Amino acid sequence: MVLVLAIGDLHIPHRASDLPAKLKQMLVPGKIQHILCAGNLCIEMLIFLFPLNLCPDRHFARGEYDENARYPESKTLTIGQFKLGLCHGHQIIPWDDLDSLAMFQRQLDVDILVTGHTHQFKAYKHGGGVVIIPGSATGAHISITYDANPSFVLLDIEMGLRVVVCVYELIDGQVKVNKIDFKKTATTLPAH
Amino acid sequence: MVPDAAAADEEKCLTDGMGRLQHNAFYMHRALDSNNLKDALRYAGQMLSELRTSSLSPHKYYELYMRAFDELRKVEMFFVEETRRGTYSVTDLYELVQHAANILPRLYLLCTVGSVYIKSKEAPAKDVLKDLVEMCRGIQHPVRGLFLRSYLSQISRDKLPDIGSEFEGGANTVNDAIEFVLQNFTEMNKLWVRMQYQGPIGEKAKRGKERSELRDLVGKNLHVLSQLEGVDLDMYKETVLPRILEQVVNCKDELAQHYLMDCIIQVFPDEYHLQTLETLLSAFPQLQPTVDIKTVLSLLMDRLSNYAVSSTEVLPEFLQAEAFAKLNSAVGEVIEAQVDMPISGVITLYVSLLTFTLRIHPDRIDYMDQILGACVQRLSGKTKVEDSKATKQIVALLSAPLEKYKDISTALNLPNYPRVMDHLDNATNKVMSAIIIQNIMKNNTCISTADRVDTLLELIKGLVKETDEAQDDELDEEDFKEEQNSVARLIHMLRTDDAEEMFKIISTVRKHILLGGPKRLAFTVPPVVFSALKLLRHLQNQDGDVNGQEVSVTQKKIFQFLHQTIEALSSVPSPELALKLYLQCAEAANDCGLEPVSYEFLTQAFILYEEEMADSKVQVTAIHLIIGTLQRMNVFGIENRDTLTHKASGYSAKLLKKPDQCRAVYACSHLFWVNEQDGVKDGERVLLCLKRALRIANAAQQMNATRGSSGHVTLFIEMLNKYLYFLEKGNPQITSSAIHDLIDLIRTEIQSDNTTSDPSANAFFSSTMRYIEFHKQKGGSVGENYEQIKV
Repeated sequence: MVLVLAIGDLHIPHRASDLPAKLKQMLVPGKIQHILCAGNLCIEMLIFLFPLNLCPDRHFARGEYDENARYPESKTLTIGQFKLGLCHGHQIIPWDDLDSLAMFQRQLDVDILVTGHTHQFKAYKHGGGVVIIPGSATGAHISITYDANPSFVLLDIEMGLRVVVCVYELIDGQVKVNKIDFKKTATTLPAH
Repeated sequence: MVPDAAAADEEKCLTDGMGRLQHNAFYMHRALDSNNLKDALRYAGQMLSELRTSSLSPHKYYELYMRAFDELRKVEMFFVEETRRGTYSVTDLYELVQHAANILPRLYLLCTVGSVYIKSKEAPAKDVLKDLVEMCRGIQHPVRGLFLRSYLSQISRDKLPDIGSEFEGGANTVNDAIEFVLQNFTEMNKLWVRMQYQGPIGEKAKRGKERSELRDLVGKNLHVLSQLEGVDLDMYKETVLPRILEQVVNCKDELAQHYLMDCIIQVFPDEYHLQTLETLLSAFPQLQPTVDIKTVLSLLMDRLSNYAVSSTEVLPEFLQAEAFAKLNSAVGEVIEAQVDMPISGVITLYVSLLTFTLRIHPDRIDYMDQILGACVQRLSGKTKVEDSKATKQIVALLSAPLEKYKDISTALNLPNYPRVMDHLDNATNKVMSAIIIQNIMKNNTCISTADRVDTLLELIKGLVKETDEAQDDELDEEDFKEEQNSVARLIHMLRTDDAEEMFKIISTVRKHILLGGPKRLAFTVPPVVFSALKLLRHLQNQDGDVNGQEVSVTQKKIFQFLHQTIEALSSVPSPELALKLYLQCAEAANDCGLEPVSYEFLTQAFILYEEEMADSKVQVTAIHLIIGTLQRMNVFGIENRDTLTHKASGYSAKLLKKPDQCRAVYACSHLFWVNEQDGVKDGERVLLCLKRALRIANAAQQMNATRGSSGHVTLFIEMLNKYLYFLEKGNPQITSSAIHDLIDLIRTEIQSDNTTSDPSANAFFSSTMRYIEFHKQKGGSVGENYEQIKV
């Protein structure tokens, strides 16, 4: 069991001062092996603070407000049997358009695409794979989404071809957890 | 004499003395064993004569004394045996020992017999004690006298006629015990003080040191008093304390006074101090002006503070004793009396008083303010405090209420709080400001009125305001960032749900941050902007369309506010940030249905793009943000929309690198197709964009052909995906033949010798083809579009 924290759009200190305490409590040191940060932290010093310092293997994609302008626009990595892609999403137009995200996923050639920008949790499967939007960990203000709930996602990548997506969302002062299962189907390469 | 030589001399003296002492002790024991009292006493006398020396420092004398003390214990045991057996009566012994040649040995032996005398109960304890304590007056040499009386104190300790002791009864009362101890104490103190005036003037420091070594001998008497059962609160109040204080005040010795006041406070229970507060405090102004009263007074207040929290039943006693009033005036008097007290000392006193008050009277905010006011008075008339000890104390003073009350509003309500902070220099203000911000963040406090926000920001002006001091430049960049980021985070804690008040709050915040100068604005402007945007959203949720007129007026005010706030970034200058913020405002105006406002913000964004963005990477991000924002906006009429989309497309095509151009241009295609129900769906203009992008991709291909690289293949595949996208959405202008052409083109390019193989492009193409296949097979409404495509 490999735990991956997918988190993004904190917008500290532009739009928020900190993650909600109740949400922070859900994260326990020692269990998480990778962190995928979709971008817009914004300040660099956050990577030394909880929760971004929970493990040494961290990957960042550049958000348009990030202080560190040298983060890559997108990144790919492999964990277990899965290829993961990471991108903030302000580069993919139209925003909040699932078909465009699917196209980008095909371009990166990854099974799971983690992205942000819309501050709204989404996890869905399409022909080419799974798109996961962890939402904003602070519930930061965004024009696209009204009343964004603070949220992040823990991916449980098991041996074999199954990934369990756990979303932690702070709704009306309580943390609600939801789980979604995805199974990777072995794909065949068409001859052409 | 040279010090080392003197020390060596002294050591020799001690060794010699010890040698002789032991020598005589040996013979004395021999005599005791053979019951030869006369000889024993003679040798005892010789042994004790060593204690007549003047050549030893107190430290060394003590060693000699301890040795003698041990030997005298055995003598005492002998006396006890003999009197029991009846060989001698105690009175006989009392008589016999007085034949010793010199007075000091005589007195040591007398005390020893006295101990036996009391134990035998042949005479009332009080008589013997009185006799002994007076006879010791025979020794007026300070060191010798102190040790002698210390001996008396030690051996009499368990024989005092205390309540419940076997020596009580009849004429013996605890009053006698107290009287004895007090007298011994008084005489010892006099001797101790006299030491100060002995010896050459040049050796004053040495004398001070020697005196310090002996102080516990004097203090022990107080300890004995505190252990007496009979010294209850009333006895302490009526007799013990007044007598002790009398001696302390009258001795007029700085060292003694400081030590003894300290001793009294430590040795007697806090409960007693509380009940005798007035008496105790009245002694302070009578002490020598050089005595460091503040430490003693602080000690007292700290002890009382701790006592207060030890149990809840204790608190009412404090109120009854009017502790605060007494301590408050005592502090004031002490400061008045000691004009040379450094400012750090003054503040230390007030810190102790404040801590005390916070524990005893946490609800009396007026007391806190009073204390702060007294500090302000002491600080006024002086320049900014720079002494580091003093500033540390002031920080402690100001932090205490924060820690206690947690909610900073309490501190903000104290009128004198900001006045104290005014006296801090800039560096210390920053330290204190950081503490304040930490307190707010830790306790999650919201500051919810504009007035309090104003007070708060005024308080922490060290962080917020720009100053002329060169300190600003010297500050480490990382530290400065951290500072300003904490201010930015603070801004999110300044909020309320009441819209009117919230607007006042953000106006107040802006007023303050505008004084921060260009270096600070980049940090502080975004939180203010987003607070305003949140307020707008709040208003929208609240009123909806109900009060159309009123709502739009307040909305307009906020948009004006936003405009002016973002404009301030031009002084930094920070065009990238400003552009992003303008786009946020444009979106917000769109949501409110305010077309001209939205247009204005987009115009500002475009102006910044035109004039201030030179870096090509920055341009790429900026243009994508503009396109992404514009794509979602539905408030514009046809003319305005045309102007804006035209501008966006134009700039897209003018980006430096071909691939960037291609991507930006095909992104613009989405400007003409919005997936919502009433969204624009201009198929022709979409196609125009796509064709334009394709031409750019072709041009990229030409460029790459000369270099043999293959980046353009990916562009073609992206184009293919875009065509498929619009095909799916039902754009009638997308033909299957265009798609076929693209697929063929891509296949050709991939297989061509001219281009290097690119695995990611291949993978992209494969997955795209799979995608087409998938939809063909899936069928349905989407599948229909794919029917025509031949894979």
